[in-house]
Amino acid sequence: MELILVGVDRSEASSRAVRFACSRAKQEEGQVFLVHVIPWSPYSFTTQDEAARRSAAKQTEIDAATEQIVKPMVEYAEELGATIHKAEVRHGDPVDLMIALADSYSVQEIVVGRTGDSRIRRAIFGSLPSHLTYMASVPVTVVP
Amino acid sequence: MENEQEPLIDVVLNSITDTVFYSVTIGDVAIPLIVVWLVIAAIFFTFYLKFLNIRGFKHAIDLVRGRYSKPEDAGEVSHFQALATAVSGTVGLGNIAGVAVAISLGGPGATFWMILAGFFGMSAKLAECTLGVKYRHERSDGSVSGGPMYYLRDGIAKLGKPGIGKVLAALFAFFCILGSLGGGNMFQSNQAASQILNVFDVAPEDRGTPALIIGILFALMVGAVIIGGIKSIAKVTEKVVPFMAAVYVTACLVVLIFNVSAVPAAFVEIIVGAFNPEGIAGGFIGVLIVGFQRAAFSNEAGVGSASIAHSAVKTDQPATEGHVALLEPFIDTILICTMTALTIVITGVWDDPLAASGDGVQLTSAAFASVIPWFPTVLALAVVLFAISTMLSWSYYGMKATGYLFGDSRMAENIYKVIFCIFTVIGSVTAMDSVLGFSDAAIFLMSIPNLIGLYMLARVIKKEVTQYREKIASGEIARVK
Repeated sequence: MELILVGVDRSEASSRAVRFACSRAKQEEGQVFLVHVIPWSPYSFTTQDEAARRSAAKQTEIDAATEQIVKPMVEYAEELGATIHKAEVRHGDPVDLMIALADSYSVQEIVVGRTGDSRIRRAIFGSLPSHLTYMASVPVTVVP
Repeated sequence: MENEQEPLIDVVLNSITDTVFYSVTIGDVAIPLIVVWLVIAAIFFTFYLKFLNIRGFKHAIDLVRGRYSKPEDAGEVSHFQALATAVSGTVGLGNIAGVAVAISLGGPGATFWMILAGFFGMSAKLAECTLGVKYRHERSDGSVSGGPMYYLRDGIAKLGKPGIGKVLAALFAFFCILGSLGGGNMFQSNQAASQILNVFDVAPEDRGTPALIIGILFALMVGAVIIGGIKSIAKVTEKVVPFMAAVYVTACLVVLIFNVSAVPAAFVEIIVGAFNPEGIAGGFIGVLIVGFQRAAFSNEAGVGSASIAHSAVKTDQPATEGHVALLEPFIDTILICTMTALTIVITGVWDDPLAASGDGVQLTSAAFASVIPWFPTVLALAVVLFAISTMLSWSYYGMKATGYLFGDSRMAENIYKVIFCIFTVIGSVTAMDSVLGFSDAAIFLMSIPNLIGLYMLARVIKKEVTQYREKIASGEIARVK
């Protein structure tokens, strides 16, 4: 069974990525795995107050992202007739985490939307799709 | 009668200081008992935990690098974050001004004793932070509160002595409030204001009004964060402070490289000065006491404050954070304080008449200026940032202590925050000696209930650490990366 990992966020491009992944999954009789990654680094600096509230804040972030991003995307994918393997919200580095998920779930393909980062941001940090295409060990499709 | 207010504040502060620093005189040396109290505890835990400060060092680094962090811990407070938060509350003026004060009073030899105190301090920190995580509390809003208040109350209650635990916890909380107003606030605003005035070459007799204005500005800034809830200032300082610390250490290295030929002689001066000082009041013991006292003030090991900061970490093994916490005195005292000390000794500024004035930051500043003439301005900026970050950290400790004493009452916490800001202003206008003395005194007072508790809970600490080390050895807890 072909498993397609789709990175989702609030963007239009992300909806198009889901649509593309769903049609691929149907073609291949596979399933889609939707993931939304909340950017987080264990090496960032926090204030005392943030640290004390972090555990509660993490749950709030997950709940909000599930409600506002993942749930609508799941509904959309179901409307398109795709079988959903899993839909998750995770914290971490989006590129590293998606690659790790692809490895541990034996994903055959990763699909992401080409999000609209500003030119300056892209010049300094690069964009998520381009990092992903460089680093991933499975084919990556970037949906415009 | 230049200023009627100042002497009154000084009298009050000095009387508190004299009580805390009650000294016994042996020969011609006055030994403050409170310093002996702290050092004995640090040495006790070093031996009691069989030099875990050395044995556990590599493991501590692995924990900070996330090698034992499970994937599902992502999004929670990492060991690195807990350490960084605690360090930014600790690294500050103690490392810049405190070291200079130590060397101007005790000569280069004080450095040696500071390093040794830092080494033993690692064990005390390990002990208190292990307990901080073990007995932390989750409040109704989901936030985590930990620290000596909780392990003194709940840990000692489990030993069957709830009354003693409650008294010690309340005493700690009360002293923590005093410490947060003294060393965590007045001392910081005093030194930061004096550094700004130095940069602008304001003569000592003209400092009254400008110091007051600077104090009010600091108070407004701190108030905006802790009362107004403006998080951006806190976020900026949290991010800039590590950067300034890196700049500071780099500047120290530049000074050392420029004087590289003088480095061996400086080490000789430090070693000889430690055991056989010349012209230092109290000789060998005098230097030792000065070094130990300033190290304790800088790294706060045994004081209990850091345990509050470390307790937010995500872990199900309290001993992990104990290990991580041992890195704190290492970074603060063994690394950064030694850097400052070498810079001051190598450039020879400690021998100047300036040293006699006892103004800590000025001496460090002069040491840098001898090699990098523009660095005092950067140092002033660093001092101000360190001061604000330390003030924010200590306001948090004080607020937690107030919360503990008054059953998490919002009103009590808000009153505390206003008092904190008032003390920021008082600190900037009052005289250096009384502020420094009181700051030491208030912070050291916290160590009395804290260390009594640590001794009572020593077996609990050992058990916690031993079972954890056994799990590591058996592979039950294994590296994930």
